[in-house]
Amino acid sequence: MAESSRSHGPDGSVRSGISRRTFLKHGGTSAVGAALLEAGAAQAAVDSSMQDGANEVLGPGPIPIDLTINGRRVPVQAEPATTLVDILRNHLGLTGTKIGCDRGACSACTVWLDGQPASSCMTLALDARGRSITTIEGLADGDNLHPVQQAFVEHDALQCGFCTPGMVMSCAALINRKPDAGIEDVKAAISGHLCRCGTYPNIFAAVLAVASENRRRGT
Amino acid sequence: MAMNSFEWADATTVEQAAGLLAESTEQRPVIAKAGGIDLLDLMKEGILAPARLVNLKTIHGLDEIDTENGLTLGALVTLDRIDKDPRIRSRYVALSDAAAHAATPQVRNAATIAGNLLQRPRCWYFRHDHFHGEGADEMESRGADQNQHHAILDNDKNAMVHASTPATALVAYDASVELAGRANGSRVVKLSDFFLPPEMQRAHDSGIESGEVMTRVTIPPLNARAKAAYHKQTERESYDWPICDVAVVLTMEGQTVQNASIVMGWVAPTPRRASESERLLIGNRLTDDLARQAAHAAVADATPLSKNGYKVPVLEAVVRRTILAAAVAG
Ligand SMILES: Cc1cc2nc3c(=O)[nH]c(=O)nc-3n(C[C@H](O)[C@H](O)[C@H](O)COP(=O)(O)OP(=O)(O)OC[C@H]3O[C@@H](n4cnc5c(N)ncnc54)[C@H](O)[C@@H]3O)c2cc1C
Ligand code: FES
Ligand code: FES
Repeated sequence: MAESSRSHGPDGSVRSGISRRTFLKHGGTSAVGAALLEAGAAQAAVDSSMQDGANEVLGPGPIPIDLTINGRRVPVQAEPATTLVDILRNHLGLTGTKIGCDRGACSACTVWLDGQPASSCMTLALDARGRSITTIEGLADGDNLHPVQQAFVEHDALQCGFCTPGMVMSCAALINRKPDAGIEDVKAAISGHLCRCGTYPNIFAAVLAVASENRRRGT
Repeated sequence: MAMNSFEWADATTVEQAAGLLAESTEQRPVIAKAGGIDLLDLMKEGILAPARLVNLKTIHGLDEIDTENGLTLGALVTLDRIDKDPRIRSRYVALSDAAAHAATPQVRNAATIAGNLLQRPRCWYFRHDHFHGEGADEMESRGADQNQHHAILDNDKNAMVHASTPATALVAYDASVELAGRANGSRVVKLSDFFLPPEMQRAHDSGIESGEVMTRVTIPPLNARAKAAYHKQTERESYDWPICDVAVVLTMEGQTVQNASIVMGWVAPTPRRASESERLLIGNRLTDDLARQAAHAAVADATPLSKNGYKVPVLEAVVRRTILAAAVAG
């Protein structure tokens, strides 16, 4: 990143000229709006014949649920067998979250549930009820990238970019939990992630740079 | 493969869950769901097709950790919490380490201890729907050709290994599980008696009965001088399933071993005690040479298959090192 394209953010941190818009696919917002309308018209598909005492039986067809995604309440239609990643990508158009293995083994689909990394391919949408879901689209604060996103740009921590949203979510969760993280913390945080392009060294460098900046500033 | 559609019921009490689970039939399987990780794995592979899931995560009070008298883990306690709890780490470090090295951070945040103990084998024959059906058990037994990850001990009938790695540490700590049914109240079973050798055509690899809910995992109070260590040997440094894992709990009087519990995972159909190794240690001064002898005894009965002979020296080395690590543990 050329020095000339950098500026200082309101908090004094160095920022590059790349905004969230060019770094991440700018999608989702309109699709979320569409889903809102769709859900409003939907019917509860609760099979009352299956009710057993106090237990309401849901599904197997789609049922309306509310999810909290990137700070907004989003009504969606989900079958009990629908995964969270399916809702995010295919119902809401939030395609920043990727599917690699679909089995919990590559972590490309990492989102946060209440701030903790989760494999959204191994999370049923109904299990995300009542939890705060954060996706890569919701990580930046307006046009201000999360420091980890910024560091990924500056340290060239991506090649094809497929693993990147998941990697960023895990590394940002680490920095939020432990601002002065060391190399062993970073290795542990991304131990579930596979990068077919082998960007690991640059990811380590990016996250360690954020940590050392935090240490310097005493956070 | 897409999962089949299923119904979903949020249980709010153990009795309710047990009642719903008791409605399970072969045509309409009703299955408990905790973290859902193993269930999703099996459903996506087409190996499990429930008619209804009973969500246990909506039951209150099943996610507590109590260290008052030994250790009590509610069934819904996640592997991540076991790893991070300072009380568990200070007293039951082999369990903390086993939890910390199981799966990925993402999976540990969702996976519960009960679901972990009740997960099905990772055997690649078992995990492929193609191999399910008539004759599956014979095929899977010693005749299976791709047996790199199969058992090297007690493998004459079944050679699949139980998948849970925290189980290795829990058996070494002499843990028990509490099971609650609707009609017959609850029962407590030692984990070492609970597991069954995995079979292709049985629905569980344990003694859990239809309509039972696992409510707790308990460890009896430890001797104040107990020391422990755990090691999971993998092929690579980042997360992986083990070649073998070993947990050792020792009670030492100076340099002398008063009591020893050594358990080996992923080398026999269920977590296996190295009884002969324990016998060699107890009453003797622990030296490098004694640890070497004990480790040798641990693999003396090994009957490796065509492609898993490599596990024998690996296990022997891991047993020796873990005994020595336990002896110097804090
Ligand atoms: C990439 C990856 C790597 C992994 N690596 C490891 C590893 O190294 N070591 C390891 O041990 N595991 C590993 N696992 C497996 C994982 O730990 C298990 O799938 C998980 O612990 C299952 O717990 P759960 O709560 O999600 O169970 P669920 O999937 O919800 O349930 C599993 C089974 O237990 C039953 N069940 C759950 N809770 C109860 C209860 N309270 N009462 C009665 N029945 C119940 C369910 O009916 C089901 O049959 C790995 C998984 C993945 C995806
Ligand atoms: S896509 Fe979810 S872990 Fe690989
Ligand atoms: S950058 Fe290509 S997979 Fe990681």
